[in-house]
Amino acid sequence: MTRTFAIAKRILTELLHDKRTLAMIFIAPMLILTLMNYVFNITSSTSVDIATVHVEQQMDQGLAKTKNVNVKHYDSKEAADSALKDQKVDAVLSQTSDGNYDIFYANTDSSKTAATRKILANVFTQNKLSGLSQQVATLSQRVGVQPNLGSNFNLNESYSYGDKDTTFFASIMPIFMGFFVFLFVFLISGVSLLKERTKGTLSRLLATPVRRSEIIYGYMLSYSVIAILQTAIIVFFTISVLNVEVLGSVWNLLLINILLALVALALGLLVSTLASSEFQMIQFIPVVVVPQLIFSGIIPLNTMADWAQVIGDCLPMKYASNAMTEVVLHGQGFGQIWTDLLALFIFLVLLTAGNIFGLRRYRKV
Amino acid sequence: MKEVIKLEKIAKSFGNHQVLKDVDLSLSTGEILCLLGPSGAGKSTVINITLGVEKADGGTAYVFDEVMPKRELLGKLGYMAQSDALYESLTARGNLTFFAEMRGIAKDQLAAEIERVTDIVSLTDALDQEVSGFSGGMKRRLSLAISLLGNPELMILDEPTVGIDPALRRQIWSELYKMRDQGHAILVTTHVMDEAELVDRVGLLMGGRLIANDGPKELEAQYQVNTIEDVFLKAEEEGQND
Repeated sequence: MTRTFAIAKRILTELLHDKRTLAMIFIAPMLILTLMNYVFNITSSTSVDIATVHVEQQMDQGLAKTKNVNVKHYDSKEAADSALKDQKVDAVLSQTSDGNYDIFYANTDSSKTAATRKILANVFTQNKLSGLSQQVATLSQRVGVQPNLGSNFNLNESYSYGDKDTTFFASIMPIFMGFFVFLFVFLISGVSLLKERTKGTLSRLLATPVRRSEIIYGYMLSYSVIAILQTAIIVFFTISVLNVEVLGSVWNLLLINILLALVALALGLLVSTLASSEFQMIQFIPVVVVPQLIFSGIIPLNTMADWAQVIGDCLPMKYASNAMTEVVLHGQGFGQIWTDLLALFIFLVLLTAGNIFGLRRYRKV
Repeated sequence: MKEVIKLEKIAKSFGNHQVLKDVDLSLSTGEILCLLGPSGAGKSTVINITLGVEKADGGTAYVFDEVMPKRELLGKLGYMAQSDALYESLTARGNLTFFAEMRGIAKDQLAAEIERVTDIVSLTDALDQEVSGFSGGMKRRLSLAISLLGNPELMILDEPTVGIDPALRRQIWSELYKMRDQGHAILVTTHVMDEAELVDRVGLLMGGRLIANDGPKELEAQYQVNTIEDVFLKAEEEGQND
């Protein structure tokens, strides 16, 4: 036990002397989160430019009245199409001789296509409704009955999470909170053990009566301290500076991130045994770290093919993201996240056992 | 005199390459054994098997009468590797404290022990400086100081004098002689032949075999030459003629 503490203390002291790494661990996540917050805030409303070529006036006005739509009139289909090619408009709406509509999408931004589709459907429905109510009015006049079209009503909006200004950033923020912990702990711990190997301090360490497990536990202890500090800073920053709401308990966030950090640590140590230089360690980022992000839930997992979901099930980041999202967005407590925590714990136990066994390569007892 | 290392018929292969064949070697307290041999002759493998880093394919390695690899025995020996193997961002004291804790030296003896070993290698003034600012020679001395922690009965030193200036080399060797006279057993490898002139026994490793194992004067007489360097060259020549 004393050896475990001594190793943890040594790793932390070394880190304290490494100012740049410290800055990377604690300042970089804040910087990236701020940038992401900014980027997702300004693109949160999609506005579309629709070119119209000889369409009914009612349609034209209906579109013009809709929010976030710019209508541009063109005299010919050719002129409108070339405007679309020049990226001046996002869709071309034209009317055929039999009264049907043709819509031609640029479709380079699928969100704009989806928005246009929705807007058109709305305008069609509105036009139909106003036509209907006109007919009802004429009919009722003919019959002599005053139609009751219902009184005006108000819609009061309230939100389970956040407010009307909540952006896409809020839904991915919990995932990124975990991801930063994963990325930095994976890299720094992996490089740290690699350095011990290449500098020979690992051989010297293994020439003392230290147990292999004490070395691994020492690493775990020191990096849980780092993970606690990093999570605390990220949580504090997102809540108080970026004004992101955390519905659940902050303690649960810490718990998830410590477990995730330990998994990242164990994975980093294991992967570092396959690398023979820091440069090779960096090369593992696309192989080991990027898939974690892809399957973390940024792209909804249930929309993926079955085999892809199976890959996601094998990656620890998925469980951490899920638990983080439950806590931050849905305010769930331990009762809802314990299965994810259990999954992380199983990863941790397996990887740790792998590491302790793996050190046999450097000493046979 | 007590036998500290006893290697019996040690054989070791890496893949298809047999590094050691039937090596018998022993070392007792109050004795310095110097392992000589060309690069790739298996010197480091002998050390690694003695340390328990590697396990012999054949034969048995006894250290303090117990079979290696055995983790607990490592507390009784001091090891200095070819590379300095120091934590550069820590101070000299930080390095010494850390390795003393790993060696299991009691907390109340820690300060005195650190003082003792730094005094031996004359690093007392630099004790609280960061190792990254050390010269090559200072790092080497600190590395030696670490292996002296706990005054181990058995010292294993892999090329302790590589890359250091003559004055420091003499200092290190005079320290080793002093320790031998106090009853320590010392296993050392070197490339510097004249260092081998003054040890108690020279083990000559060639092609994975221990072809000679005797006092330096006896070896010189046996090969009818005047220096260990000539013994080395002659042995190498004979090996190639075989």
